[in-house]
Amino acid sequence: MFRLQKNTFKHGIHPPECKDETKDLAIRQFPFSPVVILPLAQHIGAPSELLVREGQEVIRGQLLAKANGFVSVPLHAPVSGTIRKIKDVPTVSGQMVKGIFLEAFPSDTQEVWGGDPLDLDTASAEDILQGIQDAGIVGLGGAAFPTHVKLKIPEGKKCEYLILNGIECEPFLTTDHRVMLEQDEDIFMGIRYLMKATNAENVIIGIEANKQDAADYLKSKIPADLPVRIQVVPVKYPQGAEKMLITSILGKEVPSGGLPIDAGAVVVNVATVAEIGRLLPLGRGIQERVVTITGPAVKKKGNYLIPIGTPLRFVLEQVGVEENISEVYMGGPMMGVAVSNLDISITKGTSGILVFTDENTPKKEDKIYPCIRCGACVDACPISLLPLKLGTLAKHKSYDEMVDEYNLMDCFECGSCSYVCPSNIPLVQYFRQSKAIVRKRKSNK
Amino acid sequence: MLNKTLNISTSPHLKKGLSTPVIMQNVVWALLPAAAFAVYTFGLNAFFVIATATLTCVGTEHVLCKLSKKESTVGDWSAVITGILLGLTLPPSFPLWMAVFGGIIAIAVGKFAFGGLGFNVFNPALVGRAVLQAAFPVAITTWTPALLENRFSGVSSSTFALPFMEPVFDAMSGATPLSAFKFDHISADTFDLGMGLVSGSTGETSAVFIMLGGLYLIARKMMNWRIPAAIFSTVFLLSGLLYLINPEIYPTPQFMLFSGGLMLGAVFMATDMVASPMTSLGVWIYGAFIGGLVVVIRVWGGLPEGVMYAILLANALSPHIDNAIRPRVYGTSKRKKS
Repeated sequence: MFRLQKNTFKHGIHPPECKDETKDLAIRQFPFSPVVILPLAQHIGAPSELLVREGQEVIRGQLLAKANGFVSVPLHAPVSGTIRKIKDVPTVSGQMVKGIFLEAFPSDTQEVWGGDPLDLDTASAEDILQGIQDAGIVGLGGAAFPTHVKLKIPEGKKCEYLILNGIECEPFLTTDHRVMLEQDEDIFMGIRYLMKATNAENVIIGIEANKQDAADYLKSKIPADLPVRIQVVPVKYPQGAEKMLITSILGKEVPSGGLPIDAGAVVVNVATVAEIGRLLPLGRGIQERVVTITGPAVKKKGNYLIPIGTPLRFVLEQVGVEENISEVYMGGPMMGVAVSNLDISITKGTSGILVFTDENTPKKEDKIYPCIRCGACVDACPISLLPLKLGTLAKHKSYDEMVDEYNLMDCFECGSCSYVCPSNIPLVQYFRQSKAIVRKRKSNK
Repeated sequence: MLNKTLNISTSPHLKKGLSTPVIMQNVVWALLPAAAFAVYTFGLNAFFVIATATLTCVGTEHVLCKLSKKESTVGDWSAVITGILLGLTLPPSFPLWMAVFGGIIAIAVGKFAFGGLGFNVFNPALVGRAVLQAAFPVAITTWTPALLENRFSGVSSSTFALPFMEPVFDAMSGATPLSAFKFDHISADTFDLGMGLVSGSTGETSAVFIMLGGLYLIARKMMNWRIPAAIFSTVFLLSGLLYLINPEIYPTPQFMLFSGGLMLGAVFMATDMVASPMTSLGVWIYGAFIGGLVVVIRVWGGLPEGVMYAILLANALSPHIDNAIRPRVYGTSKRKKS
């Protein structure tokens, strides 16, 4: 009612930030593990199509699997070595997908050879999109959506604003923060490619106020030829969601069921842009990414440049963790996944690894109390849904009413409702399941 | 190393850490100043009434859970709130057996019959009080003056009246400021009203201590401040308008705000989360409805007070407000109609 604050979206929450321990630690190279495990589904869309066989020797940067359709990207070898096995491996979500076990050559320099540089001056928009796809680039913020797909501007639409997402609103994570402080040249080079690919005339880098140092630094580095504006926005979760960021920055809403381009914008994570700016001039594929490894149980916390495919077990052995660890999350604590075992690996979408012991696990009560209609979830939902009403409908399996009357499909599962619920009701979990059921029903029709 | 079985849970892995029992507990703490002041003003009578109502509500909740073979929900503290609130709405010398009856009704009918915590349509304490008002109209409108000298040495003869016997009330009964105004047109001093040094129900007389509790809950974000704000502003504006029209007939707006059960009702009963609407706009409408109705009943109704009925009616309206007032969902052009 009295909210006149601009530069941000409605509602939202303020979880503890927990970024202090790693935000000042520069990105460090992580050691190569003896074996990397590479699932073929590291992105949203069709899994990549295998190009190699067991026993084959590959060199770092070599193509291991190609894109299988438009919404798909290829996979490159993150190390030079021998392909030992190709068999089903578990992904973070617990599903089994085909994966490659690549054993690194011992004491190899792991230098990357070759590449097919994409010249910025002569490349067309299509060339750049193709180059981004060929580099195997997906959104590094965590969603792992193939980047070239969102850069493809549909017929009749215009991309007025290219927005770089430097929000990083998940607690604990500091990868984007470090990338902005350390990879400014890559970011600006990436912007050049993206401006050409999208025809955007305005470029805005959105940064939350808790990363003022990154905003100041980037501002001081903006090249004269680029129309880049840095916009600092108030700290609030889930501002890193594209739609929320567009509202914070442009004051516009993306239509329900629509895409950012319907509001004239394309939003790309800032680390993804840096990767584009680094890889395309070299013509190489993505082989590593920055991951924040932190949490109370981690001894050597930090921001590490980790080869894709590094097994989680190896990562934890290297950084050192407490004996009695009990929970490990991949991603941030708000939307990340708790893993059931350590035999999974770092993928392109892994933005963070958080480790907790029983004693320091974020306080959680198991007991679920009845909904007292306190309305906290209503005040938290960034898109103004009525989570408590949806929760009741989910219990009664009234999926049609959830979709038609209460906009279930607009929920993007940020978890704000569950975070604030004093009765401990797993609201977002209900919505995730309900959405899955609705989608399944639709595809069966 | 690292061969431990890991716990898996669903995101979000962080919680705000404000749990339902903690909220309820804090409501109890917030009620204590008003309750303590009630005991100070009305002595042992008030203590017995509040304690009896509270124990009855908690006991009823426990027994009903056991009878229906459910885990006892006494631990969520909501029955304690109902009990204290009911006690605070009763006259100091109210016969205790009637308070027991009211407590049983509040929990059994006001809460349990609807399905327990979270499902009650009406504020349970007010359901209990409404039944008492209907059943014992004389006892519930017999008032003891504040600050009697012997208030800590003995209790009214009516307090321990035998069940189903007509209680004998002490001679020293006083009219409440509202009835004095309504029937005799005598207005009370605003300071006395604010402090609560007047006759009335045990806990509803002191605006200061009730507001203290309310501000505590608002500061801890455990109460929707919009509800009391809407009620107070509506009552102030409406009664102020009437006073401007004719100061001879109508009381001052400050008298309206500080007299009777308005403070207690607005701060602690209308704000019952379960029975109030869930959206911000919804609670403004809900609060304005209560405020409007209080003025209408007090000014034109047959009773001197109308807070209880206003809140109960608004409780009944609240699901309909929720259906009619839905927030505009992000990215859609219109509010959904039901």
